[in-house]
Order: sequence, then C-alpha cells, then structure tokens
Amino acid sequence: MVKRTAPTEFIVERDEDKCIQCQVCCRMCSNDAHVFEEDLNEVITEHKKCVGCHFCETLCPTGALEVKRSTSETRANANWTKKALTDITKQAETGGILLTGMGCDRPYPIYWDHMLINASQVTNPSIDPLREPMELKTYIGKKPDRIEIVTHLENGKIDPSKVELKTKLSTMLKIETPIMFSAMSYGSISYNACTSLARAAQQSGTLYNTGEGGLHKDLYKYAGNTIVQVASGRFGVHKQYLEAGVAIEIKIGQGAKPGIGGHLPGEKVSEDVSQTRMIPVGSDAISPAPHHDIYSIEDLRQLIYALKEATRYKKPIGVKISAVHNVAPIASGVVRAGADYVVIDGLRGGTGAAPTVIRDNVGIPIELALAVVDARLREEGVRNHASIIAAGGFRNSGDVLKAIALGADAVYIGTSALIAMGCHVCQKCYTGKCNWGIATQDPYLTKRLNPEIGAQRLSNLIRAWSREIKEMLGGMGINSIDSLRGNREQLRAIGLSDTDMKLLGLKPAGEAW
Amino acid sequence: MKNNSKYLIIGNSVAAVACVESIRRTDAEGSITLVSDETYHTYSRPLISYLLGGKIGPERMFYRDNNFYTENNVNAILGKKAVKIDADKKTVVLNDGSELGYEKLMISTGGTPIVPDMPGVKSSGVFTFTTWDDTNNIKEYIEKNKVKKAVVIGGGLIGLKATEALLALDIKVTILELADRILAATFDKKASAIIGSELEKVGCAVITNNTVTKINAAKTGAKNIKEVVLKNKKKIPAEILIVAIGVRPNIEFLKSSGIKTNRGIVVDDKMQSSLKDVYAAGDCCEAKEFLSGLPQVIAIWPSAARQGRIAGNNMAGGTEKYTGNLAKNSVELCGVPTISVGLTDTTKEKALEVIEVYEPENLIYRKVVIRNNKIVGIVFVGNITRAGIYTGLIKDGVDISSFRSHILKEDFGLISLPKEYRKHLVSGAGIEV
Amino acid sequence: MKKIVIREEYCIGCRLCEIHCLVQHSKSKEIIKAYKGEYPKPMSRVRVEQLHHLSFAMQCRHCEDAPCLEACLSGAMHRDKKTGAVLCDEDKCVGCWMCIMVCPFGVIERNTEGKKIASKCDLCTGQEKPVCVKNCPNEAIVYEE
Repeated sequence: MVKRTAPTEFIVERDEDKCIQCQVCCRMCSNDAHVFEEDLNEVITEHKKCVGCHFCETLCPTGALEVKRSTSETRANANWTKKALTDITKQAETGGILLTGMGCDRPYPIYWDHMLINASQVTNPSIDPLREPMELKTYIGKKPDRIEIVTHLENGKIDPSKVELKTKLSTMLKIETPIMFSAMSYGSISYNACTSLARAAQQSGTLYNTGEGGLHKDLYKYAGNTIVQVASGRFGVHKQYLEAGVAIEIKIGQGAKPGIGGHLPGEKVSEDVSQTRMIPVGSDAISPAPHHDIYSIEDLRQLIYALKEATRYKKPIGVKISAVHNVAPIASGVVRAGADYVVIDGLRGGTGAAPTVIRDNVGIPIELALAVVDARLREEGVRNHASIIAAGGFRNSGDVLKAIALGADAVYIGTSALIAMGCHVCQKCYTGKCNWGIATQDPYLTKRLNPEIGAQRLSNLIRAWSREIKEMLGGMGINSIDSLRGNREQLRAIGLSDTDMKLLGLKPAGEAW
Repeated sequence: MKNNSKYLIIGNSVAAVACVESIRRTDAEGSITLVSDETYHTYSRPLISYLLGGKIGPERMFYRDNNFYTENNVNAILGKKAVKIDADKKTVVLNDGSELGYEKLMISTGGTPIVPDMPGVKSSGVFTFTTWDDTNNIKEYIEKNKVKKAVVIGGGLIGLKATEALLALDIKVTILELADRILAATFDKKASAIIGSELEKVGCAVITNNTVTKINAAKTGAKNIKEVVLKNKKKIPAEILIVAIGVRPNIEFLKSSGIKTNRGIVVDDKMQSSLKDVYAAGDCCEAKEFLSGLPQVIAIWPSAARQGRIAGNNMAGGTEKYTGNLAKNSVELCGVPTISVGLTDTTKEKALEVIEVYEPENLIYRKVVIRNNKIVGIVFVGNITRAGIYTGLIKDGVDISSFRSHILKEDFGLISLPKEYRKHLVSGAGIEV
Repeated sequence: MKKIVIREEYCIGCRLCEIHCLVQHSKSKEIIKAYKGEYPKPMSRVRVEQLHHLSFAMQCRHCEDAPCLEACLSGAMHRDKKTGAVLCDEDKCVGCWMCIMVCPFGVIERNTEGKKIASKCDLCTGQEKPVCVKNCPNEAIVYEE
C-alpha cells in the first residue's frame, strides 16, 4: 500500500506582497516550518511542520503571515471525523500511544456557560467597589468548629480591650484574592516561566505551586508565596524544601490524567533540572501512577501527619485529587484524613504531557465535582475542616466567581496563566519545543520568556480578574468574597437538565428565592 | 615685547587641536597661544588627497568648527614660524623676531617631507604632498600645464593616496618604489599584491626595486620637468613628479634648545620632553611604541590625537600616562578598504604565528598575527568588518586560546570573546553580561 | 545621558531590531518600501551577534571616551552637545574607515551602497526612544539613564 501519513493541520499563509524575506519566521520557528532557501533566495514554508503556535505570526514585522487550519477535507462523516482518521493514521504509523499537552479539548458541556449570576435591584443596594471597601482576602486551611473567647468584666461590663481568643486556630494561608497559580513543575515548564509565576504571586499577594519539580535554589526567595508539592515520584523533596513553602500539597491526581502518573523525558532533565529534582542529568523522571505508600485513606493520613510532624504543625497540608466519579466520598475521606485543604482538579485541567485518550475521556467536569464535594462535606458537617480549591479550565473571572458561589474557597489557574505568558494552547508541550519559551528547557527557547514581562502580565491578569470579581460582588450587594462562598442562591442554571441542576444545587433561571 | 601666555602650542594639526581641547576640559581660564607656520584654520592634512582628487571641496577640509579658536579662547598666530626656543627663559622666538613667553609649552610641529638630493630636483613640477599649500600648488601646476603624465616616487600611503587623486584627475601615473613592493612598511606581500594589481587594473604602472636618480627638465621656458631617469638608466616621461618617500620629524629649529632628540623629540610617558614644562606630541616626537615599549616615531593621526590630549591634560596639571603608540593605518585604495594594525611583518620573528584568509580573486585578505596566544597585529584587505575588535584585543593583550578557532570567521564578534573580557569591555557601556 | 542597555539573557535572536533600524534609516521609513523599493538599500545600524543559543544586539555604545572621535580625520564623527550621542555627519565623512579600525565594539560599518560613509547608531535622532528598543519583543534592549 501507499503509506499514508497524517494530514497537514495548519497552513501558514504568506502574503508575498508583504513578505520582505527578513527571515524572522525562519529564525524563530523551533519546528523548522519556515526555511530560507539560499538557492531560491526566498522563505519556504513547510506547512506540515506547523503546530499552530502563532509565534511567527506574532513576530512577523509586516503582518505577512496568517496561520490557518487546513481546510483539506475528507467526506463529511459524523463518526469518522478528520480527527479520528488522523489519530488512527498516526497510530498505524507509529504503534504508539498518542500524546498531547494542555487540557481536554473535546466539546463536553461547559457548565460555567450554563450558569448566570445574580444582581441587586431596589430591595437590596448594590455596592460600588471603587467607593467602598470590598474584601477578596481569603484564608485557606482548617477553620474551627466553634470559637471560644474569654472576656473580662470591668464594673460589670465587658472590657472590649480585653477580649481574647481561647480557641487555638490552625495555621491558615492568607491570600489577597481567591486566585492561585496551579502546580506546574520546573522541568515541565522553564525556569523563566517558574520565575514569572513566583514573582507574580509575590506581586499579587497570592501563591504559586512548585508541582513535582522541586524548588530551584534561586526561587527560595519567593518562599512566602510558594506551595511545595509532594507527589508520587517524590522528586526534589527534602527537609529544606518542605520547610520552604507556606504549605505542602500532596498530589494524588491530576485532572488531565486521572489515575496515571507522570513522565518527564530525559531530554528535559538539564543540569539545573537534575539538581532541583535530585536525579541524574538526562534520566527520565517517572512519577508512578499511585503513591506506593498510599493505598487507603488511612495511608494518606499517615503521610499527611508525617508531613505535619516534619514541619512541626506550622504548615497546612493539602491534597490534590482529580475529579472522578467518586470524587465526593474521596474528598470526604481526604478531609477526614486531616487535609487542611483539598484541591479538586477537573476534566479540563492541563498537563505538560498525557495520553490523549486519557486526557479526553477520563474524569468529570470541575463544576459538577465541586458542587458535589461541597454538598457532601456540608452534609457530613466537615466543610469547615478543610478549604476547597477548584481547578481545571478557569477561563475568566466569571468562571471564578461561579466556582466560589458553588463552594470553592479559591481556584487554581494554570492554562490561563500560561496564556498570559504567551501560550497559544497548541498542545505540543510534550515536545519540549515550545516557541514561547514556556514548556521547554531548550536554551534557545527558554530565553524567549523574559520573567519581568511574564510576571507583569500574570500580575495584570490577577489584578484584572480581581477587579471584575469586585464589580460582580458589588452588583450582588456583597462586600466580601466570604459572603459569596457556597452561596448558590446567587447562581441560576440555564439550559440544564433537572439532574444537572440537582447535582449543582442550582435553581433554574427565572425561579425566585 | 614679550607676549606671555600660560600655554603655548607650536603647531596647528591634530595633536595641537587635541591639546587645546584637553586643556580646556580642566582649565577654562588659562591663556592659550597657538602658533602655526600655515595660514589655515584647523584643517585635516590627510584630506589633501581627497581635495586634490576633487572628492571634497575646500569647505570640507576643516574638521573643527569655524569658531574653534574663539570658542576655546585661543590666541591663534597663523602664518608665523617658531624658529627657536629658550627653555631657561621660557620663550619661543618666531620668524618675525617676536618672542612668546610660556609656562607650559607644547611642540607639535609634525613632520617634514624628505626630498632626496638629486640633479634637477629644483625643477618646476617637483612637489611634495603633505600640506594644503602643496595641494594648491600641485593643482595649479596641473591646470596650467595640462598635465597628463605623472610620476610618484614612493609607494607608501602618501604616495598611493597622491596616485589615487591624480588618477581621479585623469592623469596617468607611474609609481616608483625602492623596495620590492608597494606599501612595504605597512603591509605584507599578499596585501601589497592585491593593491598593486588593482592599481595596474586602473592603468597605473608600478615599478619596484627602482628609483629616480635624475630629473630632466625642459631646457626652455619655465624649465618644467620633462622626464625622470631611473637607477637602471631607463627614462620615463613625467610632466609632474610627486616625491612621497616619507617624512621626518620637524625638529630642526630645536637644535640650540638643548632638548633631547633622537629621530624625534624624546618624551616620557606623560609626553614631557627632557626640558621641564616642554611637552611634545604627534609626528615630531618619539613616544613609546605599544608592543615593544621602545621609543619610536609613528606618524599617524589617532596617536597624534591621543598624545596631544594627554600632553594637554598633563600641562593643565594632570598626571595621565600614555600607554604607547600602536601603529595603525586605515586607507581605502582603488576602492579596496585596507586596515593594518601593529606588527604585520612576520618574516623577522620566528615565534609569530599567523591565521589568515586569502581570497585574491575576491580582493580579500585577512591576516591575524599572534605571539604567545595574543594578537599583535592584523592586516585586513577588502573586508574590514569589525577590525576595531581586533585592535582592542591587541591593546588589551587578551589571551585568544578560547576563541582561536573562531578568530577569522565571518560572524566573529564580541560574542566570541570570553565572558570575562566582554564584561570588562562593556562595564559602564550599558550591557548586562 | 540615556543609554541603550543590552540584556543578552533575554535576546531571542529574532533580529527585529535590525529590521526596524533599517526601516528607520531608509528614505521612506516604511517597512515594505524600505525592503522592496529602495536603492541604495538602507542599512541597519544595529547587529545581532549570535553564537549557539547566546545572542545579543550590538550598536554604538556612545562611549564617554570614544576612540572613533579621536581617530576621525574629517571631523564627521562628533558628539552631539545636547544628547551626548556620538554621531557621524554623513556630509563630512570621507570614508577613511579610521573609526572602524578603532571601535572596540565593531559597531561601525561601511555603507558602500550609496555614498561611502561610516554607518552607525544615531539613537534614532528625533524619536522618543530608539526603534530597536521600541520594537524588541522581549525587552532585551532597553533605554535607560
């Protein structure tokens, strides 16, 4: 047979009238899609190599380039789509598991787009956040069941200056806005990307997360805004590391690839990555699917308490799980195991590399997972024992606000943060050839992300979303994010089934309180 | 009447100008007097060949503004010659008998062209070529006599620049060179050959290992030059003769002063002569040569400028030291740019190594001379890109071991240099290394 | 004076600085015309040096003790009294290349396309900031006091 190859995905259209043969595109494309042919004295584009990252288009000084999806079509077929054919062809060619990056891109329902937010009219005044105080400050961690205070009487009256808190509070994380940067490891992303996140977290009064990559020695200075992660490979974990951050997060699962581990290919293990991860240069870093010391909630409790002991109960311990069918009882178990916060990572959560079939088919959307976990913890009376952090595909401040109304204490953003740093969601993170200098360790590419610019843009994003959240809160007549948390009355469903609404705990749009 | 000034400068070329500017940087007030035997404002001597060839007009001869003297508060005495200095009395006597007193004296009298004594040398149409006046005289003579054939004695830089100017005036030129090739003093054989063949391409005859022994002039009329007779008795018709076999320091007038001279005025690192408060700079002095550390006369523009500046600074109370005179020349000949710096003759020293690129068909020759892993000289012909980086490496004595294999590559640049050196080079120059 | 500061750790080697510099020093100052319709071809006064993954843009440093000023035969090379920039007066320059011989940064080039003159950075006279700075996509070239 004629060996068929996977079809071209993108066409880079070059307006020859505008092209000045300056070759910026040739110099910049890490996939060698553009090549200057000396013999022809012109730039030739090999469309097949284009991954659709738009770096050339962004830098082209005359606007001569436009990246388009290839319109080459097979016969219309709802079952045997172009993607289906392409995937089969690739696998027939290689015999390998198809890999991808970023979050699930299949058209499953996005429940955020079926929720509407409330606002005040007449009966309760809305608040102008530019004129009146508006609190987004959020505390992550275990809150006490009840508060006891000690008062002192003076002439039969309580002396207000001598009121003391008797209840001993657990250590909590204080963040200025309920938006945090989710776990992305040094190794999966570049040093400059990590630096950008760390600096932005510091500038914005929030936290970023090391992922399973360890903490680069240069980034210890951002410790006050760092959550350190402990995952199944235990890479880069040592005493100093555990003590470095403000909290420790045990990673059980990831929304993009529930049930499986991680694999950082040896090519990405540079000298610096090797130092940080504590593994030999060039060796594959394989995180096992399970933690081999955790086969039960009881085992998890042991690790949580081992980490608490190791850090003398000064740091909250969180647990990150992916949103799977049983997420509510699992989350309940996690909280009962002693976690101070639980992270639920939904179906659309990103990854640096995952088998496509897993990313696209395993897990459930964060909206449903979050709603059922919050409801379950409330039912069981343990909601205050742990904070809930929702993760997996937050695209805008509206999504964030809805998540908080559904019960999240805060959200993690990963993909949005990457997009702020330039990412065009081309899903080729696993190749290590990220033209934007994010998901790569190639020294030609990593310098393309100037962390000063990266940090500034991330901070801008957090600032913009926070301001929008304040505007929406004001509209609802709420002056503190705490008053929105789990306040599902502020949401209404539109175009959802009764079952969906029941799971989400939402009334349909049009129904009053 | 004795006219006293704090600073007295003899000469009006680049060393003198640099000296004035340098003094004014630290001393805005002290009186400065400048004496020159030429009548011109600050003009650039190297430009005379461009002027002769018609490439520039007289207005472009000046490299400083018209108000240079007034702006720097200089009393310029032009058209008078210093004939004697008296270091005890601290005076300088001019050719009109007037006397100038000084506190600090700067001698920057430059060089005088060497004219060999031979029969007929006094004929009309025999010129040297170092001053604006020379140029005017040559031009006038050419126009008056409708000169079409010229002989230039000396295949050095001045001779060749004169040749180029004459060629531009549509005059046929024969160059006579005593050595076995042109540009023997600045270039090596390969470089000389490239320029030599280019000269021949434009119709210029180059005769080497030969010189003029006699000049025959017309017997009648103004007794204009008619032909020259060579060492080998051969006769070459010549309607004009330019003598460009070199210059020597113009220090005749210092004979009675007691100043220590060798070939030129002997100076120390601060450009001070053997006489107290008497400084010298430029082509008339013999400063320390950069590579050997030995005193040597190297008559080049940038060194004169630097020496003048240092002398000026020290005259005004500074203590700046001269790091040495590194021979360097940049000339474009027949449209081919050439640069030579430092030691270029590798025939006399065995320890010297050479890295070179030689493409005569493209008129390209690039040579780097190395001693003990340090660059000591370069010759670039045809392609002079980034020559200054090499000059810098010579000056800073940089060990080239780490980038030796890269040294003549097309993309050789600052990036090829060790990070430490780059750091040193750019410190304060606005680069984060 | 304000200086162009080069930050090599962020230079991505795209050479957009060269392109925009060339345009700025063209007759039309329009990119497509400058590249496709101008003869003599305009020249960039900034050059990106590259060695493996290391690269940086290099243009005149406008040195305090500028050797090119001293070496210039024609008075073309001068310091602008207002801005402190080292500029080449192209009407005065005769193309002797003394400046090229002495510039330790190698940032003066022969412009041989038109008149033979030394070509170098002029800090984009008249512009608020040099175009290389304005157009560097990664802020690897910045303009600072």
